[in-house]
Amino acid sequence: MAEQHAIPTNVHPSRFVQNPLQRFLMATELDTRLLGMIGALAIIWIGFNIFSGGLFLTPRNLWNLSVQTASVAVMVTGMVLIIVTRNIDLSVGSILGLVGMVMGVMQTDILPAQLGLGLGNPLIWVLSLAAGLVVGVGIGALQGAIIAYLRVPAFIVTLGGYLVWRGAAWWVTMGRTVAPMDPTFQLMGGGPAGSVGQFWSWVVAVIACAAILIGLYWGRRQRRRFNFPLRPVWAEAALGVIGCGLSIGAVWVANAYPWPRRIAENYAEANGIAVPEGGLFISHGIAVPVLIALGVGVVMTFIATRTRFGRYVFAMGGNPEAAELAGINTRWVTVKIFMLMGALCAIAAAISTARLNAATNALGTLDELYVIAAAVIGGTSLAGGVGTIAGALLGALVMQSLQSGMVLMGLDSPLQSIVVGAVLVFAVWLDTLYRRNKH
Amino acid sequence: MLDTKTPLVEMNDISISFGGIRAVDRASIDLYPGEVVGLLGHNGAGKSTLIKILSGAYRRDAGSIRINGEDAAINNPRDAKGYGIETIYQQLAVADNVDAAANLFLGREITTSIGTLDDAAMESKAREVMGRLNPNFRRFKEPVKALSGGQRQSVAIARAILFNARILIMDEPTAALGPQETAQVGDLIKQLKSDGIGIFLISHDIHDVFDLADRVVVMKNGQVVGSARTEDVTKDEVLGMIILGKVPPGAKPGPGAIAG
Repeated sequence: MAEQHAIPTNVHPSRFVQNPLQRFLMATELDTRLLGMIGALAIIWIGFNIFSGGLFLTPRNLWNLSVQTASVAVMVTGMVLIIVTRNIDLSVGSILGLVGMVMGVMQTDILPAQLGLGLGNPLIWVLSLAAGLVVGVGIGALQGAIIAYLRVPAFIVTLGGYLVWRGAAWWVTMGRTVAPMDPTFQLMGGGPAGSVGQFWSWVVAVIACAAILIGLYWGRRQRRRFNFPLRPVWAEAALGVIGCGLSIGAVWVANAYPWPRRIAENYAEANGIAVPEGGLFISHGIAVPVLIALGVGVVMTFIATRTRFGRYVFAMGGNPEAAELAGINTRWVTVKIFMLMGALCAIAAAISTARLNAATNALGTLDELYVIAAAVIGGTSLAGGVGTIAGALLGALVMQSLQSGMVLMGLDSPLQSIVVGAVLVFAVWLDTLYRRNKH
Repeated sequence: MLDTKTPLVEMNDISISFGGIRAVDRASIDLYPGEVVGLLGHNGAGKSTLIKILSGAYRRDAGSIRINGEDAAINNPRDAKGYGIETIYQQLAVADNVDAAANLFLGREITTSIGTLDDAAMESKAREVMGRLNPNFRRFKEPVKALSGGQRQSVAIARAILFNARILIMDEPTAALGPQETAQVGDLIKQLKSDGIGIFLISHDIHDVFDLADRVVVMKNGQVVGSARTEDVTKDEVLGMIILGKVPPGAKPGPGAIAG
């Protein structure tokens, strides 16, 4: 006790650690679990790159990987909150299917023909997306209300939803595939047109770097204001350099992937640009669905950590009784979580249908399992109360990396399933070990 | 000395029945500022029911409650909180997975001008309150799960006093704790006493409360057997009151005392 008193409260604890690695981790206050995941991702990427003969770590593959991850990444941010409150949602894939169908029918039939907007009207994509969001939020509200107010377990409600919404998706068009999508709507799916190009990608990088630096500065100011221990200046600088470096690196990779030769030539012809020797190099830049997923990630992180709603979600996961005694309306919070999940399913449905350029009633099949697996690999505890949005996004990236890596290596699809299943169990076992050692 | 002041709490002739069974029968109890009253009795003696009427969880059938000498209308937990009555529950009502500051402000968060959580302000206030209660407490950044039972209990108590509790109800406050942690909670209670907060300690185990309490009130079968200042009676005599309803010479008999 006496020696504890000797330590002034506003000295950062990293000052007292000798081991340089430990000192770095403490000084930067980085989440070691998240770092472990990034390490695992690096191993997976390098491993696949070696076994696929250098095909994995190419701008083209990494760009595709980012686009393929987007849909699951959007949904996993909501699944984190659901699992944190000790619930589960098995219906997200079916909701995605139904909402995709609704948005497809809206933009191919109802809006242009029945409401007479005409094909290609610039309002079509907005109204279709809005209709999808309304359906998604409505489904979420219904499921959430049954779970919260009628006290039916989430597992059962969403298992029922899994069947109901998949059936409903079929019903929308009696199983007929809806295509093609509105041209503006299609931009949400990526591709050469659905990417923001070199210039705007760099703008995104600059914004990201500015946000990181402002965030670090603001955090330091807050700590100083309340006389809390400050991170050492070198640690702040390291965080800034790493954060900005990653942003710039990611944009550089996205810009290093050019449009396919034919598309670039057609574009040059249409715009009267002379094609230089060796082909025209037009960068894809960041794909629109990836930007959407990143935006969703930022917004969801904000909701989870900076709002009362987010605080209540975690408190309810930790001790539902304490949350109730503290005067939190836990039932309404539960309904809101499921509404949020419904909205995210709608956004994911927009990305998936736009990417496929069609709405089919099988869209999103098995997505619920990938979303739950991504959340769990990303460190969300099924026991409730623990999970981060950033971790879950990384989890989604790990899952997608495994899958596309195995495709590149030419593994049979049954074997792919076996590997993904085994990795899921292995990852959760590692996490259990990590948590046990930590305490 | 204490008797010259106005009691913080006076509950007079309180009765409540559940389905024809009189859980509490014309019980009276009072509490003075800076006093610790141990409310003792077997399981089912009515002590928890009586105190839940004070904390607003149950509504009494008959009797009156006066706070600071004035009639108080307590119909739900929110009313009770309005009178500065805070209850610390047996099952350590904290959310394990968030830090101390988040627990202290749960449901009553401080927000910034744009409506986001002001974590720095909450942590600062938490440091101030915890510093007063438990100066050795340093683990503000860790989830409450990582804390010892005594530290968690101090978080729960800090939560109550942060919102200006003047009357604290502690239901089995040390039942889940080891000896060292029990001592810690004991120190806390002394600290709160010196701030003029009145405390009800409820327990079925006399050892939990005898050394902490200034006065004990014993209940049996819904009635008050008697009350005594802890300096006037021995533990064995109080045990006799709990088990047999026999009132020793040092105690003041109540309606539930057996004759002779």
